[in-house]
Amino acid sequence: MARTLDTTPTVEPKTPGERPARRRFRQTAGRQHHAGPLTYVLLVAATIVSLFPLYWNVVAASHTGDRVVQAPAPLLPGSRLLDNLSFAWDQVDMGEALINTTVVASLVAASTVLFSTLAGFAFAKLPFKGRGMLLSLVVATMTIPPQLSVIPLYQIITDLGWFDQLQSVVLPSLVAAFGVFFMRQFLVEALPVELVEAARMDGAHSLRVIWHVVFPVARPAMAVLGMLVFVQAWNDFFWPFIALTPDGNPTLQVALAGLGAGNHTVDHAIVLTGALISTVPLLLVFAFLGKHIVGGITAGAVKS
Amino acid sequence: MATSVRAEQGGTPPPAAPPSPPAPRGRRRRSGPGGWRSTLYRWDVKAIPYVFIAPFFLTFAAFGLFPLIYTGYLSLNRVELGGTAEWKGLENYTDLATSEFFWNALLNTFTIGVISTVPQLLMALGLAHLLNYKLRGRGFFRVAILAPYATSIAAATLVFAQLFNTDYGMINTLLDWVGIGPIDWNNSKWPAQIAISVIVTWRWTGYNALIYLAAMQAVPQDLYEAASLDGASRWRQFISVTIPSIRPTIFFTIIVSTIGATQLFGEPMLFGGSVGISGGSGHQFQTLSLLMYEKGWITGALGSASAIAWVMLALLLLLGGIQALVSRRNRKKLGD
Repeated sequence: MARTLDTTPTVEPKTPGERPARRRFRQTAGRQHHAGPLTYVLLVAATIVSLFPLYWNVVAASHTGDRVVQAPAPLLPGSRLLDNLSFAWDQVDMGEALINTTVVASLVAASTVLFSTLAGFAFAKLPFKGRGMLLSLVVATMTIPPQLSVIPLYQIITDLGWFDQLQSVVLPSLVAAFGVFFMRQFLVEALPVELVEAARMDGAHSLRVIWHVVFPVARPAMAVLGMLVFVQAWNDFFWPFIALTPDGNPTLQVALAGLGAGNHTVDHAIVLTGALISTVPLLLVFAFLGKHIVGGITAGAVKS
Repeated sequence: MATSVRAEQGGTPPPAAPPSPPAPRGRRRRSGPGGWRSTLYRWDVKAIPYVFIAPFFLTFAAFGLFPLIYTGYLSLNRVELGGTAEWKGLENYTDLATSEFFWNALLNTFTIGVISTVPQLLMALGLAHLLNYKLRGRGFFRVAILAPYATSIAAATLVFAQLFNTDYGMINTLLDWVGIGPIDWNNSKWPAQIAISVIVTWRWTGYNALIYLAAMQAVPQDLYEAASLDGASRWRQFISVTIPSIRPTIFFTIIVSTIGATQLFGEPMLFGGSVGISGGSGHQFQTLSLLMYEKGWITGALGSASAIAWVMLALLLLLGGIQALVSRRNRKKLGD
């Protein structure tokens, strides 16, 4: 990756549209020392620790259940991967769980991105009474653990007949405080208020402003937020585990919990094949979009 | 009018104050004073911020705030799963205070929290420091250490449950090679808690490392130049320049990890297999969340479970208060 050698922390005039995070990165990138061999040794070790469980998941999913529970555990892939996959797909319905999870995560991500952008725009650029107080409230809600609401929520969805229905997982996650805050932070810096004013002066109503000004500017942040929320919704466990059942309409995580707790015959190769089915789609997303996800995670955390 | 609203904002000025009130101009340009269009337009300008933030607050009210309060009400009742409430006052709370399971779960939540959060954040700091060097393949390393974040609690725990298996797991095989006897990762207290902490640490270290890395890259270079002119070694620079400069980020990760640790549920449950709900055969790794689930959904005592939920809220408020105090003291010490 080419890096600029500019090491002087110049104060640039604010250019609309350019992301400040990237500017900061370029400014300071020149100072770093070159890594020595020890750095590489440690980083390679960290990489192995990070990736080995994932590799071993593939190995275990390609053996028979009997082989997985034999000491010493297998280290190289076996030949049963396709058999295990088709068993997991047909017999324990991981295929259905995969579809359910895709539907849930997509709906949650799409709606969170839409509503967070609208709210983030309002908090960033629109004047209204109580703005500061309401924004603090949004941030404060991030610390409330889900444990505090699951008991009434469980009663509500049972009364509505939504138990074991996917909407009981989707509806509470339609928008998230993190998303609102994330979009607000982005739009405060990235959206020049003159652009909104100009559109306003031309008599554009709010929906036009949103469509023609806010969305185009916010698109990179919307993409990052969408990925982060998608990953989170895909992996969500606590509430889906309460609201759904492994034998009814499970997401992948709920189905896995059912396999792991031994509701079905505990064939550990099948359990780990299920784990693989739940992990591989996200790993592919990370492999292709890793850099953007890394950027998004750091952008969301550092600015706060 | 828009201007007056803006003036009333008091202490929090908007980051870039809009220069002119948009509403009246629009009125003049479009349809003359007093037309239906202008009324509509003014209404649009005034109400639209609230329309935009409404989805969040409505969702929060329905699925966050109302259940939160109702949980508090339930905690003062005896409620069976699917039954009606019967007022009990503080009985659920006094029962908890005398329940050894509650204190056991509280202590487990604390110990597992400490032995997963502390090493996790220290290792993340170290990794971030390494990644901050000029590196070949830096993009690869970043994505590789973030890969565990892509796995779910369920998938990660099921894989680690195999690796930690007492009889055939790879970790005991490795320990056997270096001459350490087989460790009973499931049924002994500390090994089980350590195994669960390893799962948590594995999933989150890379994530935190990247957050630290981003903060480190924002540290101004002249600080390092000054330090090395003073003859500070690289280690000394790390301790005296890097760490103090990213202190706010460290606080952020401490808060986030603490909140996460208080809610620990999936890892101990799935690690425990068939006895996961009770946190192992001797409740040796039952966390507060697990106890709450067991009370509510296995025993059917929702009032009791609600009381545990509110104790968790109290704990988080307490932790938040302590953290606010500490960060304020730190800020004073730094003189800003």
